[in-house]
Amino acid sequence: MSWRTGRTCSRNRLPLWSQAQPVCLLKTSAPTQTDPNGTRCLMTIQRTCSQRPQRRFRWTVQRGTSCCLMARRPPSPPSPPPISILTPRHDDMFTHSSFDEIEEEKGDDSFDMHISVSDPEKVGDGMNAYMAYKVSIKTSISLFKSQEFSVKRRFSDFLGLHSKLASKYLHIGYIIPPAPEKSIVGMTKMKVGKEDQSSNEFVEKRRSALERYLMRTVKHPILLKDPDVLQFLESSELPRAVSTQALSSAGLLRMVNKAAEAVNKMTIKMNESDAWFEEKQQHFENLDVQLRKLHASVESLVCHRKELSVNTAQFAKSAAMLGNSEDHTALSRALSQLAEVEEKIDQLHQDQANGDFYLFSELLGDYVRLIIAVKGVFDHRIKTWQKWQDSQMLLQKKREAEAKMQFNNKPDKLQQAKDEIKELEGKVEQGERDFEQISKTIRKEVSRFEKERVTDFKAIIIKYLESLVQTQQQLIKYWDAFLPEAKAIS
Amino acid sequence: MMEEVNEVTSTLSVDIQSIKVTEVVKDGHTLTFLIESEKLSGTGVYHVDRTYDDFEWLQQHLFSQEEVSGIQGVIFPPLPVKAQVNASAKVIKQLGILGLGEWQAYCKAMETFVRQIAAHSILGKNNAVEIFLTSSDPPGRHRVRKNIFNRLSQAMEGMRKEGHKDVDEFFQTERDHNLVFTGCAKTAAERFLDVVQTEQKIAVACGHFSTALRLCVEQGEDPDELDFTKVCVKLSEVFESIQKNVTSVAENNVSTLGLGLDLESRYQEAEKEMLYRRTCKLVELETTRRNAEKAKPVKKAAMEEVKKAAETEFDHISGVAKEEIARFQAARVKMLQQALVQWCEKQLLTAKESADQFNQHLQAFRGMA
Repeated sequence: MSWRTGRTCSRNRLPLWSQAQPVCLLKTSAPTQTDPNGTRCLMTIQRTCSQRPQRRFRWTVQRGTSCCLMARRPPSPPSPPPISILTPRHDDMFTHSSFDEIEEEKGDDSFDMHISVSDPEKVGDGMNAYMAYKVSIKTSISLFKSQEFSVKRRFSDFLGLHSKLASKYLHIGYIIPPAPEKSIVGMTKMKVGKEDQSSNEFVEKRRSALERYLMRTVKHPILLKDPDVLQFLESSELPRAVSTQALSSAGLLRMVNKAAEAVNKMTIKMNESDAWFEEKQQHFENLDVQLRKLHASVESLVCHRKELSVNTAQFAKSAAMLGNSEDHTALSRALSQLAEVEEKIDQLHQDQANGDFYLFSELLGDYVRLIIAVKGVFDHRIKTWQKWQDSQMLLQKKREAEAKMQFNNKPDKLQQAKDEIKELEGKVEQGERDFEQISKTIRKEVSRFEKERVTDFKAIIIKYLESLVQTQQQLIKYWDAFLPEAKAIS
Repeated sequence: MMEEVNEVTSTLSVDIQSIKVTEVVKDGHTLTFLIESEKLSGTGVYHVDRTYDDFEWLQQHLFSQEEVSGIQGVIFPPLPVKAQVNASAKVIKQLGILGLGEWQAYCKAMETFVRQIAAHSILGKNNAVEIFLTSSDPPGRHRVRKNIFNRLSQAMEGMRKEGHKDVDEFFQTERDHNLVFTGCAKTAAERFLDVVQTEQKIAVACGHFSTALRLCVEQGEDPDELDFTKVCVKLSEVFESIQKNVTSVAENNVSTLGLGLDLESRYQEAEKEMLYRRTCKLVELETTRRNAEKAKPVKKAAMEEVKKAAETEFDHISGVAKEEIARFQAARVKMLQQALVQWCEKQLLTAKESADQFNQHLQAFRGMA
């Protein structure tokens, strides 16, 4: 049976999507005799979301042979909507004959949402004071009511959001971005009102951390649609978050460690049937160690750069003094110029130190904390497995008890036992489903994490290299300007 | 066979500009410097090896030239502090920028010392210089007679002489100026050393980071893991470049402005010592004048003799000192200019090279799929 060209597919009434995006026919099965009125075929169709080009929707339909398709290669005429034939990508994607959203492959370049956290403003005074941050969002994603909007949030709001997301998603295997670090010292200083450089640095560090936290959160396709996230981003008033103590990353680490200890204490070791999980777990252990080393290394580098800035400023001062006490006019001028050049270089060192810090040190710190979240998710899977096993063991016991009861002939207790067994069977099934679901989710999440890790690092490295190039070019300008001054001494 | 050092002055038989300290050899605890100089006759090159003791021998010989009138008015080229293998913290602090690395800066400073002595209109004529540069036997094994400029005893007599008012305005101004400038130059040299040492620390930290990144290589065949490995390896290369850049910047600093500031600082000290010697002589002169006035007729003639001798010597010293100061001021301006120009040119070159390299890395990253 061959398809004739000529007519368009009747499936045009798609909710929410514009007609601009073409529908693609991915594959069709051979005609089946399911309908006495004629043969039908199973068609799998794919359509790209008009908001996010890398988000695709697939569904299967049964259509009669009277439905004809026009096959065309892009570029296609505006009407009727063209249909092109694509080769299918992954076979495992076709296991569901239902509406299924597919993960994007490399979407970050065209991820159309930009969040910035800015304008830290102190509200109130004394120990009740807090810093309010402006969260500005620019997006064309249709989920949101407008394209540009902003809200005011305080630090505990962020912690509250994280705590809600953690309670909803961690135990089913989603790697949620860890909350920004709490700091008692920094907070107290800020409240007390010291307007010195270290408290400004603290506020800037926190602001940057909040921005990164939000961007990571919304980049997660599931979290983006979460109502708590939407409320956080959009609603002007947010209920005050309480008990945000437990979910700092230190708190999370404690939680994870407790879970890990609990798992280790269990006499039953998990029978890992899937080598992938074992390998990945080992891989993340290694990564954890390496990242911490890298982080320590960068912190030492940042420290030295700051020291260099201080020393350069000191030298600049002493050069200025030399210039002032010098009698020889041209030499005196050159020395004063030298002092100025060194001051400018000092500024470059400071900028470089900031670059080292805000780009690398914070990136590595973020990933150290992310790995903790990843390990937590793996541990939750083990817990889920354990729960399933426990239900199974309990079921087994109950069945044995039931068998005994049958033998002893106790009819009333028997019915109760049968009821309990039925309940437990349901629990076991659920336990198995939960375990499979969390395993599946973790696989997806790990894959997403690893892709994002590469993208993240590359983006930061490119920014860093750009700053390095710029620094050198600035230096070239300074030296070029100084050289004639030095030569003019005679 | 050790040549006799006679006091007959001689002209140097080597080309001063060709004098080079080519190498330093570590021999247990001693450092031996290999010095090369071209014969003026064009017939070859002298190669001699000298230890610090030999340099000191040379310096002592020059100090002890009592027969040269007005010798105390000479600003003696400063000899760096003795360098030792595994030097104590105190010595390292005294050495300053010369103590860095594998003695390259130190060798340059020793070379400058020899060249300055050889080029000096008075000092260069001493036979000791010729022997130092050409004799195959190291001259420093003999103990020299005690030099007349025993600074230690002078120091004990005190700072009170340092402040003694001068009779000549030129010298008073020069002394005041030198006092200020010695402090400034020393501070500038020390702070520059701090900058260089911090740059070296940064270079080391970059090296560590680069190495740690290379340890991030993933074992598996997972394409995402391989991608990350690629990123880490390339980043490690970037930090190697940064390390190279910072090391280069530090080396440029040492070899040009660092040496310049160090020499300036030590030379200002040398001028200070000369001015101090002259001041001491002035005090002595004023004492003899007072003695001559107060002397009883019996002693008067003798005292007058002493006074006259002192006056003559003081005038000679002042004469030489004036010339030395003029020469010194001109020389130091030229030296600092050279140092600044070379420093600027080297840093400019390093910056251009680094900009290119970083740009290459940037393009490579941008091109990475």
